[in-house]
Amino acid sequence: MKLEIKDLHVSIGDREILKGLTLDLPKGEVHAIMGPNGSGKSTLSKVLAGHEDYTVTSGSVLMDGIDLLAMPIDQRSRAGFFLAFQYPMEIPGVSNANFLRAALQARLPKGKPIDAVAFYKQLYAKMDLLKMDRSFTARSVNEGFSGGEKKRNEILQMAMLEPTYAVLDETDSGLDIDALKIVSDGVNAMRGPDRGILLITHYQRLLDYIKPDVVHVMADGQIIKSGGADLALELEERGYDWLTKAA
Amino acid sequence: MNSTLFPEAEIDEATMRAVDIDRSAGDFSYPENHTYDAGVGLSEATIDYISDVKNDPDWVRDFRKRALKVFWEKPMPTNWATKDLENIDFSKIRYYLSSGSTPARSWDDVPEEMKQTFERLGIPEQERKFLAGVEAQFDSEAAYSNIQKAVSDQGVIFVNSTEGLKEHADIFRPWFGKVIPTGDNKFSALNSAVFSGGSFIYVPKGVKVKHPLQAYFRINSENFGQFERTLIIVDEGAEVMYMEGCTAPKFTTSTLHSAVVELVAMKGAKIQYVTVQNWSNNVFNLVTKRGIAHEDAEVKWIDCNIGSRLTMKYPGVIMKGKRARGEVISIALANNGQHQDTGAKMIHAADDTTSNVVSKSISVGTGRSTYRGQVHIPKHLKGCKNNTECDALLINAHSRTDTYPAITVRGNQHATQHEASVSQVSAEQVFYMQQRGLSEGEAMSLSVNGFVNDLVREFPMEYSVELKRLIDLEMEGSVG
Repeated sequence: MKLEIKDLHVSIGDREILKGLTLDLPKGEVHAIMGPNGSGKSTLSKVLAGHEDYTVTSGSVLMDGIDLLAMPIDQRSRAGFFLAFQYPMEIPGVSNANFLRAALQARLPKGKPIDAVAFYKQLYAKMDLLKMDRSFTARSVNEGFSGGEKKRNEILQMAMLEPTYAVLDETDSGLDIDALKIVSDGVNAMRGPDRGILLITHYQRLLDYIKPDVVHVMADGQIIKSGGADLALELEERGYDWLTKAA
Repeated sequence: MNSTLFPEAEIDEATMRAVDIDRSAGDFSYPENHTYDAGVGLSEATIDYISDVKNDPDWVRDFRKRALKVFWEKPMPTNWATKDLENIDFSKIRYYLSSGSTPARSWDDVPEEMKQTFERLGIPEQERKFLAGVEAQFDSEAAYSNIQKAVSDQGVIFVNSTEGLKEHADIFRPWFGKVIPTGDNKFSALNSAVFSGGSFIYVPKGVKVKHPLQAYFRINSENFGQFERTLIIVDEGAEVMYMEGCTAPKFTTSTLHSAVVELVAMKGAKIQYVTVQNWSNNVFNLVTKRGIAHEDAEVKWIDCNIGSRLTMKYPGVIMKGKRARGEVISIALANNGQHQDTGAKMIHAADDTTSNVVSKSISVGTGRSTYRGQVHIPKHLKGCKNNTECDALLINAHSRTDTYPAITVRGNQHATQHEASVSQVSAEQVFYMQQRGLSEGEAMSLSVNGFVNDLVREFPMEYSVELKRLIDLEMEGSVG
């Protein structure tokens, strides 16, 4: 059981951004993708989620054997794929509680109402874990949130939706050290044999708190090197140049 | 999804349904059995027929006939309003229909057929406990009216306008046609000529009506114009909330609805008038609504306009006494082929008067929403305040919104502010929501719901029957 990306080629307009990317994320593992700016990391996350700006020209993505790319955006989500956005959107007037409720309701059979009591119980438990104030449920989704609050909110959504595979796109950017710890605790709480997590990050710092099983280095639309957690430390020390030149 | 707007082709049925309102609840009609029918077309004979059937006092018959002349003389307001008005063929409209039965007083007296109508429209018998009184207009005449004993014991009069002008002429007549004169506009003149039905309410001094009074209107005869006339007078220090909801079955030919609503708030009185309207796509809904607020009084219009081919409605408040307050809260949703031309008129006529207008419109598909606001503060006054906010949400590239604010402020001892915004549901916003598992339609409706959320809260809880049915823009249940 894994998220299996095979020889993925992706373009935006005439420009090819992913140039034959191959990566396996087995269930139960946490992988990290690191790489210089412009290497295509965020493109990968958006393509997996189904953003229509990007065209898959060849290659495949299987999620536990099912063709992920054949599914519409919302169906991918309901099938267990989650993307924590680098820049989460604001939804004015829609409270966090209502948004999460709607998202969970969308996963239930038609006509079956969500159990409101159980919902709030779960929501409060997850919010406590992420040290979020109760007043947060009534605030509009991401509206007027600080950078840290937005990222924390992404993790809360992940915790509520309980995906099988989650991609976290630069969830650490813009976080101070306290927020980084809280977010990392939230992610670590979600690690388990039934879930694969892919962290996309610029900085080794995040990996001090969330220990990855595998680290991949991405450059120019491909994975150019994979290794253990130590690879991240090496990158921190030596930068990317020695790898990109070697490739 | 390259653009921030959705091209027409990308709006699928499900999305349309999601942002639209379920109008199917009103899409039915029962067999009609009219004892009185004024026939098609409008002439002095039509007026005589109506006055004969209704057994009008002479002053009302004269009032109607004078109004008919004014109606003929007045031009269509097409110099500023839409040309679509020219498509109304006054010679093909039936101006009066009645089953001839006297208004029922208790639920048990209501004919079974009409009970079914109420049932289908979602006013179950159990809801009655929330309603202080019900005055429902089934075609021209009130078929059902009920006032809870407690309310009438307080001296509150809540009857249909026909009964009001006959039984309570001493209160009715001095104010009738005074807030909105016959010649205010072509359609107020038409209403004055052929009006029937509508409510008359009088709340005596100091009486605060605890529960909202509710009326329910629907048009049930093809090609039949409904011309209800409502007059609400709230005496010194008294308070009332009145609610009307409208649904109409769909017809193949155009239907005209042209109401006149006059409110009078005496010193220190408070009136809230709540409307949720959901007309079918072929209805011309041309309504004149205005209130007078005397010293320290407050008139508040809360208005939700959905459906219709064309709605023209600009609730107004004349702040006649010192420290009077006027408010208009409005939501309009214009779907494909619909035009919501709505707004507010705030006429400051005394010192230290305050008005507030908050308008939100949503345009879907080829829908068009227009905001027209008039704020008038003359030079000789001081300490007047107006706040106007109008926000428009466009759902796709062909949607249209226009804003025509007219704020006339003379003198320099006033405070006015005007804010307007136009926004779109962005592709990235929808993508974000879809990534969380919502369909495009659900995402869209959630956005729309969020947009109007702060105004929806202004509607009273008691109105949940209609409001939830019509403005349930969360709509999880109705997205296919």
